[in-house]
Amino acid sequence: MDLLAVILVDGLIYGAWLFIVSVGLTLTFGVLNILNMAHGGLYAIGAYTTATAVGIYFANGGDAFPLGSYAVMVFSALLVAVVLGPLLERGLLRHFYDRDHVVIVLVTYGIFLILEDVMKLIWGVTPLFVSEPYSLLGNVEMGPLFYVTYDFLVIGVAIFAGLAVWYVLNRTRQGKVVLAVIHDREMSRTMGVNVNKVFMVSFMAGVFLAALGGALTAPMISVSPGISVNVIILAFAVVIIGGLGSIEGAAIGALFVGIARAASVHMLPAAELFIIYLVMAAVLVFRPEGLFPKTEARKI
Amino acid sequence: MTNSRFFVPVCCVLIFAVLVGIGFIIPQWAMFLATMALAKGLVALGIVILMRAGLVSFGQGLYFCIGAYVSGLMANWTGITDIVLLSILGVLVSVILATICARLLSGYRGIFFAMLTLSLSMILYGALSKMSIIGGTDGLNVSAPTFLGYAPEGRALGFSLYFYTCLVSVIAGGLIRVYFNSERGLTALAIRDNELRVEYLGSSVKSAISSGYIMAAAVGGLGGVIAGLAIGHVDPEYAYWTTSGEFVFVAILSGFFSITAVFASSIVLEVVRSFSNLYFPNTWQLVLGVFLLIVILLLPNGLGSLFSKRRRKGGSE
Repeated sequence: MDLLAVILVDGLIYGAWLFIVSVGLTLTFGVLNILNMAHGGLYAIGAYTTATAVGIYFANGGDAFPLGSYAVMVFSALLVAVVLGPLLERGLLRHFYDRDHVVIVLVTYGIFLILEDVMKLIWGVTPLFVSEPYSLLGNVEMGPLFYVTYDFLVIGVAIFAGLAVWYVLNRTRQGKVVLAVIHDREMSRTMGVNVNKVFMVSFMAGVFLAALGGALTAPMISVSPGISVNVIILAFAVVIIGGLGSIEGAAIGALFVGIARAASVHMLPAAELFIIYLVMAAVLVFRPEGLFPKTEARKI
Repeated sequence: MTNSRFFVPVCCVLIFAVLVGIGFIIPQWAMFLATMALAKGLVALGIVILMRAGLVSFGQGLYFCIGAYVSGLMANWTGITDIVLLSILGVLVSVILATICARLLSGYRGIFFAMLTLSLSMILYGALSKMSIIGGTDGLNVSAPTFLGYAPEGRALGFSLYFYTCLVSVIAGGLIRVYFNSERGLTALAIRDNELRVEYLGSSVKSAISSGYIMAAAVGGLGGVIAGLAIGHVDPEYAYWTTSGEFVFVAILSGFFSITAVFASSIVLEVVRSFSNLYFPNTWQLVLGVFLLIVILLLPNGLGSLFSKRRRKGGSE
């Protein structure tokens, strides 16, 4: 297999993972106009919850039906979303809606800091390992190389998640209500839309996607403090490249970054750490609002 | 703005005298803490300059790191250990870099400005981590500074460094206060309110933001030089985004009304951090986060707004 193909496959795998961890961020921004720095924390909580839940599953006879661990992973993410989504949005964020954009970013930064330590308090600082779901599906042989099948499952989940979000937003009644709220909050409110509910549900969806990203990642890594910090910066880069609030932008941004990183890993390993930010800076120089910007009227 | 033109210099001299006086009484660990707090306060001051124009830079760690590395590399490569010379070099390098970056950044606002500054500092972090020739992620050691030929050791070194930091912070604070009260400095506040109006009135928003950014870089580099010399070690963490986050935290805590409040907030943060590190090492970020939320909720304009209600529009330092 030649280098180009290897880069493409690696880039696709990494890009799919990036898309899952960043699509929730762009959704939250699109609907609520909040750039959620706590996204990385929610991702990490998803990973921790999954690690614990899958551990319990296998300790209680899950070996008889190992595929059930995938259901446990999704369920863990759902649990995080249902518990933390309303708590953060109703309990905290809504008090800051009338403030400046940047102030809300700082509020979520505060939440991020709090979540970091709450995780340490709950799960301690020793790393957790749950590699069973990762090795469950075996390997795929592609030319001289072996890929873990799980990686392709991640691609599948990414495509599914992207399509699902797109479908719900564009093809269902509830989704169209959300689009209306994005377009004009005041007007939707006068037309009888319960905007608060839309906000809460959308935020929960964002949290779910973040936690799902964590849940999918948990089997691939050792779950330990500090995993949230890097993810949030990656997700920011992807979302900014794609244009804040744009789902298709996040997909293209993730692919861009994924392939750029894979290329740099294979050809210029020294640049691996900052290639992502370089891509982001380069895109912003030519397209100041990202690839798919939201259009907004200038207010005088 | 007080009417007399002597108000700012007199305040500066008074504050400096008080700070040095305190330096004679406090123990050495507190002196180190104060030195670091003032050095970081300088960086946060840069964010405050930008905050007045409604921008938050999430990447001042970039200049903090550059300043620190300049002092480290200069000491190791050329043997220059004089703190004044190192400060000038650190500021110079920061300003040159900022002049280039400002051309790119001055077109961005809000979240985009924040994220782009952040990505610039992360590029530096990534680059430094991979450069094994200057220590990679381990960083490098910085030898103790000399002060115009005077080479103190032990407590005298700590005190000299503290003295120098106080002097530099007070001068920088005074100059920036003068700038804030100047026509150009006040333009920033107008940009915050409505930049289109500023453009229509004939001022260039871009150039005002660029000069603010360059000034912010200068104080950032200065803070970095001092911090690098005070700790005696520099590593890429200086440019990591959580470091920048702390500076933003200080700036939010202080608000953009008072310069004294910036340094006060920085001291508060350093004290809180030291004590929480000591007594509850695993929950200090929790304390910080709750603190941040409370400040944003209850003091939307920061600690500085407490001062300036009493004394109209600040005026000290």
